[in-house]
Formats: sequence, C-alpha cells, structure tokens
Amino acid sequence: MTLAAASADTGDTAWLLAATALVLLMTPGLALFYGGMVRTKSVLNMLMMSFVSIALVTVVWLAAGYSLAFGEDAAGGLIGGLDHVGMSGLGPDSVQGTVPTVLFATFQLTFAIVTAALVSGAVADRAKFAAWLVFVPVWALLVYVPVAHWVWGPGGWILERLGALDFAGGLPVEIVSGASGLALCLVLGPRMGFKKDAMRPHNLPMVMLGAGLLWFGWFGFNAGSALGANGLAAAAFLNTLAAGCTGLLGWLFVEQKRDGHPTTLGAASGAVAGLVAITPSCGSVSLLGALVVGLAAGVVCSYAVSWKFKLNYDDSLDVVGVHLVGGVIGTLLIGVFAVESMTGGAEGLLYGGGLAQLGKQLLAVVVVAAYAFGVTYGIGRLIDATMGLRATEEQEQTGLDLTVHAETAYDHGVLGHGAPVSSSVVSPAQKVTPQA
Amino acid sequence: MKLITAIVKPYRLDEVKNALQELGVHGLTVSEASGYGRQRGHTEVYRGAEYQVDLVPKVRIEVVVEDAVAEDVIDAIVKAAHTGKIGDGKVWALPVDTVVRVRTGERGPDAL
Repeated sequence: MTLAAASADTGDTAWLLAATALVLLMTPGLALFYGGMVRTKSVLNMLMMSFVSIALVTVVWLAAGYSLAFGEDAAGGLIGGLDHVGMSGLGPDSVQGTVPTVLFATFQLTFAIVTAALVSGAVADRAKFAAWLVFVPVWALLVYVPVAHWVWGPGGWILERLGALDFAGGLPVEIVSGASGLALCLVLGPRMGFKKDAMRPHNLPMVMLGAGLLWFGWFGFNAGSALGANGLAAAAFLNTLAAGCTGLLGWLFVEQKRDGHPTTLGAASGAVAGLVAITPSCGSVSLLGALVVGLAAGVVCSYAVSWKFKLNYDDSLDVVGVHLVGGVIGTLLIGVFAVESMTGGAEGLLYGGGLAQLGKQLLAVVVVAAYAFGVTYGIGRLIDATMGLRATEEQEQTGLDLTVHAETAYDHGVLGHGAPVSSSVVSPAQKVTPQA
Repeated sequence: MKLITAIVKPYRLDEVKNALQELGVHGLTVSEASGYGRQRGHTEVYRGAEYQVDLVPKVRIEVVVEDAVAEDVIDAIVKAAHTGKIGDGKVWALPVDTVVRVRTGERGPDAL
C-alpha cells in the first residue's frame, strides 16, 4: 500500500476523486433509506445519526484514524503506527501507489463514515443522541480502524499474511457494521412495542430514493477500490451492477412466493443486499459469480430479516439481516467464485482452487465478526453505565424529533406532533407475524 | 329538519354529490374520516412482517334537510354509494332543533 510511484497518475487520480465523492454521497443516501423506514416521529433523528457521523468520523480519522489504519504496521499486523497523526508528513506531493496519499486517505475516510452510519439502523427510534455522539468516535477508533488495518493496512494480518480476500470492504464495512449493530441493539433492548405495535415505514418513496443514491454511490465504493482507472475497476463496476440486480430479483421472488406481493421495500432491500454481498467479492469473482452472489444474498437476506422476531432482538432496520448476513455471504463466496484473471493468483472452489481460499475467508469472517461484536458490546455497556445509552420513555413515546431536536419533519397540522391521525393510530394491539 | 350523516367509500363521493344535487340539496359538508366496520381493515406487508391496519380511509358527508325530503335523500345516498362490496359504509339521520345562516341571521328551513 505504501509502494511509492514517482508521481501520481492523472487518470487514476481523476477517477479516485470522483469515486470518493460517490462514496461520500452514500451516507446521505443511507440517511434517506433509513429515514423512510422509521416512523414519522423520529425521522429527523434518524437522518441526524447519519449526518453527524460524517462530521464525527472525519475529525477522528484526520486526528488519528488514518494513521492507525494505514500507517506503517506497528504490531504484528494488528494496528498501524502513529507516524501520520493529524495527517502529519502528508502533503500534496505524497503519493500512494499512483494517487495522492491525501486522496487515498479521504477515499478510505468515506468508508469509515458510511460504516458508522450503517450501525445506526440497529438502534433507530430509541438511542440517546448524546450517547451516539460519544459512541461514534470511540467505536471508529476501537473497531473500524483496527479491522481496516487488518484487511488493507500495510502488513495487515488478514490480506497480506493470511491471504483472505476482501476487495471493497465486506469485512471492515459490512460484517463490522452488522456485528456492531447486533451488539448495540442487545445492549439497548427492543423499542417500546416491539412485536406488538405496527412500526411501519413512514415514507417508502424516500426509502427508494435512498436506495437509489446508495446504489449510485456503490459504484465509487467498489470500482473505486481498484484505486485506478483500469480494467479491474471496470470489471468491479459491472459485477456491482449485476449483483444489485440479482439481489433485487431474488428478494422479490421470495416475497411473491411467501407473501403474495412484490413490495417496494423488498426491491430496495434486495438491491442493497446484493450490493452488500458483492462488496468484498467484486474484484475477485467472475461475472457468473457476481450474479450468483447477488441472487444468494437477495434470497437469504429476505429470510434473515425475520430472525429478529424469532430470536427477540430488535435490530430496527435489519442491519444484521442485510449487512452482516449479506457481508458473510459475499466474503465466503469469494472462496467459491474467485478467478485468477481477477485476483492475479487465488482461485475459488469452482475454478480449481480447492478449499484453501474458502477456509481463509471463513477464518477472517469469524474473527472480524467476533471482534466487532465483542468490542462494540463493551463500548455500549460502558456508555450505558455512565451516561446512559437509551432515550427516556417519554422521549421514545413522543418521538425523538420533537423531544431531542425540537423539530418535526412534517406539518400535517392535525395533532401537532407531525403525524396525521391515519398514520399514528395504527392498530394498537396488532400482531406482527413474520412469515419466514 | 334532519341532519343526515353518511360514511362512504372515498371514490363514491362524486356519485353521492351528483345524486344530492339532482334532488335539489343546496349544500353539504365533506370531511375525511377513518374507521372500520365489521370487515375491519386491511393487511400490509413490510419485509415479510404482516401488519393488520384497522382504520381504513372513508369520507363523511353531512347535510341538513327538511323532514319531508329526508327519506329521499337517504335513499339517494345509499343508491349512489352502493357497490355491493364489503365496506360500503353507513347512513344515519338525527333531528335538528335549529339552523342559523350566519350571514343573514335567518333561522329554520329558510336558513338551509
């Protein structure tokens, strides 16, 4: 990662500048995706958790995160050094590969931002906003940064030493956000009325818009991870498109069979599941592999989102069902569909590589998921014991928008609290019957 | 005088309005309503989880008419709102003591 070319390549630099902007757009896109899925009374709080993550993660990343993730290895592939704290020693002329180092650092920063924002989906409607402001920087430094170093940092134990593959972030982004979301929602406990009240998405067009922006940004995420304007970027781009499509179709197919209706929320969720799964694998699998990876994620994730009802954890917006499960599928299937023409070496089961690569992928998945879950659980418990992690009952009941932010998203002018009668009075004693 | 209140399916509103105009009813009040009768509401599905939504959207139509035409008005509303399917609604009538036209101060049937 620190092999220096003589100077930056303008084509590569131009593409990575664009890709960085695309990835940054994913976080506002995620805010809309998540915001549409919560109830009217807490949509602004949901948007805020994503937007404030942009600011918080950027500050800690520039202060120490980048150095600890991508600085020279300081401890056996586990963490980077402090050479670039405060971005010291990096100027416009510093080069990483064929792009300016500051651009590489910014590109990686956008990954850290969206990962933090993803976690918020598990704690929707009930986390204390002040606690979120403390959680994000601590979590970014203790969870995201080490895993990013393991996978992409110089001398990182997963990619460089173990030889497991992760092109664009199945481990540090998808699996880390999913496992962290699970840990945090276990500390927090379920929303009031979980499994009893209907908690319908309040604005599905907003969900679709958010999913569209995520998909658009995902091309920067995956194709940008080639770190150059080249054929590998193009292949990753096409794989990303293919898997998003089969993910969408797979989820809709399950819905039609299971519920009798292909839904908009299902289409958006399926596309995201496919994109999640192709994230680690877009730079290593064949096009056939990409189609299968997306389809598998769409089908499996559409069932996985109902686990929360059976196992009794309230992962509000299905960070576990979509990101953890999708990330595991995509990371493992590298061991099946990796082709030498993409990886430059490693081959999966289907292309004559045997079980070796699959074993490496599995080890990486287990260690990363366990680390992210354990450390996040610890951070969550610590915050809960000191400042409190959960909003008060009154705040949760009235809605976080009004009680925390002193705003409401919509002026319906009926009951004052931003909700029309028809959307707020939804069957108080309703059953929630997951079909899966 | 009678106050006739009808709760009907929103898409039958135009039919009811036309029927009342043909009868010579001068004015009416329409408001959005929601509720349920014997059929209860409908089911919605989000990521595989089914939600039973009790309250279905309806419109409430209110007219005040003279006693003599009240039955005809009720019949006209029922005929116009009828689809034969579940959830067609209800119509009821109540006696009205006084009606005052705010602009002129007229009272009783003259105010209608």
